[in-house]
Amino acid sequence: MSLLKDVLERGEFGVTAEMAPPKGTDLSHLLECARAIKGRVHGVNVTDFQSAVLRVTSLVTCKLLKDEGLEPILQVTGRDRNRIAIQGELLGASVFGIENALGLTGDHTVVGDHPQAKPVFDLDSVGILQAATTLMSGKDMVGIELQGTPTFYLGACVTPRFDPMEAQILKMEKKIKAGAKFFQTQAIYDLDTMREFIEKTKHLDTKILAGIIPLKSAGMAKFMNNNVPGVFVPDELIERMKNTPKEERVEEGIKMAGELIRQLREEGLCDGVHIMAIGAEENVPRILDAAGL
Amino acid sequence: MIISQNKPFEEVLAFLENSEKIIIVGCSECATVCKVGGETEVQEMKEMLEEEGKKVLGTTILSPACNLLNSRKDMKQFKEELKETDAILSLACGDGTQTVAKVAKPEVYPGSDTMFIGEIERIGQFEEACKACGECELGWTAAICPITKCAKGLVNGPCGGAKDKKCEVSNDNDCAWLLIYDKLKDLGKLENMMSMREPKNFEKGNAPRRINLRNQEKETANA
Ligand code: SF4
Ligand code: SF4
Repeated sequence: MSLLKDVLERGEFGVTAEMAPPKGTDLSHLLECARAIKGRVHGVNVTDFQSAVLRVTSLVTCKLLKDEGLEPILQVTGRDRNRIAIQGELLGASVFGIENALGLTGDHTVVGDHPQAKPVFDLDSVGILQAATTLMSGKDMVGIELQGTPTFYLGACVTPRFDPMEAQILKMEKKIKAGAKFFQTQAIYDLDTMREFIEKTKHLDTKILAGIIPLKSAGMAKFMNNNVPGVFVPDELIERMKNTPKEERVEEGIKMAGELIRQLREEGLCDGVHIMAIGAEENVPRILDAAGL
Repeated sequence: MIISQNKPFEEVLAFLENSEKIIIVGCSECATVCKVGGETEVQEMKEMLEEEGKKVLGTTILSPACNLLNSRKDMKQFKEELKETDAILSLACGDGTQTVAKVAKPEVYPGSDTMFIGEIERIGQFEEACKACGECELGWTAAICPITKCAKGLVNGPCGGAKDKKCEVSNDNDCAWLLIYDKLKDLGKLENMMSMREPKNFEKGNAPRRINLRNQEKETANA
């Protein structure tokens, strides 16, 4: 059974981390990071051509991480594959013993490094979750019986500060109906965002892992405020970054992330956290140390 | 309407590299409205080609070019010229151009790029409105097309990519799903958005599609 499912359903505080496969065939850095966080997290999301940028596939990387003894979470987007390929990918994952999958619509091809590509979007996030749920019932999307049935703990993502919020929650409800059992959120930096989000979703039966992206500089915070939908870094955090000497900023970001996780946990504002260290996964254990986890 | 725009003149010239004598055809409908293949543009094209040393044997505006029987009839006026001409340049849309190619022997080249099915917002300003997907979704989306106006053609509500209600693909585009959301809310029909949509059936869009009303009538009569 999925470790992540086990932990979350027992009501323990779940921890997941995100890893992006490399662009190229050298996975040594990824595996180094994996070894560093092994035993500290309950699941590792492997991104699926994140930001529509070509990389090694999520499935292959998940398999390698599994062989290293980690618990992979396969991310599947609808951008690059039609429903045949998506179902095939899920079946393949199951053959490898991968038990967690996250259904995402995916960024559009035009924001990535191959803007000339033909975008697919045959299935959206809800469609992918529907497809996975159908496969778990022993049939494919057209009702043909499968030889061997996969089992997945299904997840999805949500943006707690989307405008208008109601539209996002409505979609979240659909994802739950389609089979999502847990949600990882877009990065949050303040407790109020999470308080409001929890209030608005308390009628929903699901697990929520708050997204954590450690800051590295004030510039990064400002960039996220201006460019990443639904992300809001409060001024005081930006100030704090500014007032930290340059060489200590990464450390300060780790400390801030740790503090936030601790507060979220104390107030019971989430069922766990999802840490996105964006290329610096080796720092994940230090964030967890700072959070007392 | 079918929205088209002129190809760069260099591209047209390259098509006609080995052609001396040319007939130019336009179209009275969409291509005229788009200012791509109307009277004025056909005349301009004639002058430009003549400046390049080509001989234009004739010009006409088909009405419309995409009507097979009509184009066949209209092209008869060039009975003599068609024997002589090296090529026909069509400023109609891709549909009209293919129709002309069916009824005329000489080589036919397109002088325009066909862009999309769209709406005339005002003179010279067009916006894509329909992908001709074969199964219209407008009945539950407050008549805003999610297949066309959402960059990802999503059927279950907004992706997380919108910022300030603009689409992640371009700041020039409103997020279609937020438009649908607002409109449904106004209409008191938000439940439409909550309904679970099955993945869209794209089988209905497989090209080339055909409709034969006469056969359809026969089938209904026999049923
Ligand atoms: S759903 Fe959109 S693309 Fe399809 S027929 Fe209707 S308007 Fe056209
Ligand atoms: S931002 Fe809106 S219009 Fe753009 S792809 Fe997402 S849902 Fe579609």
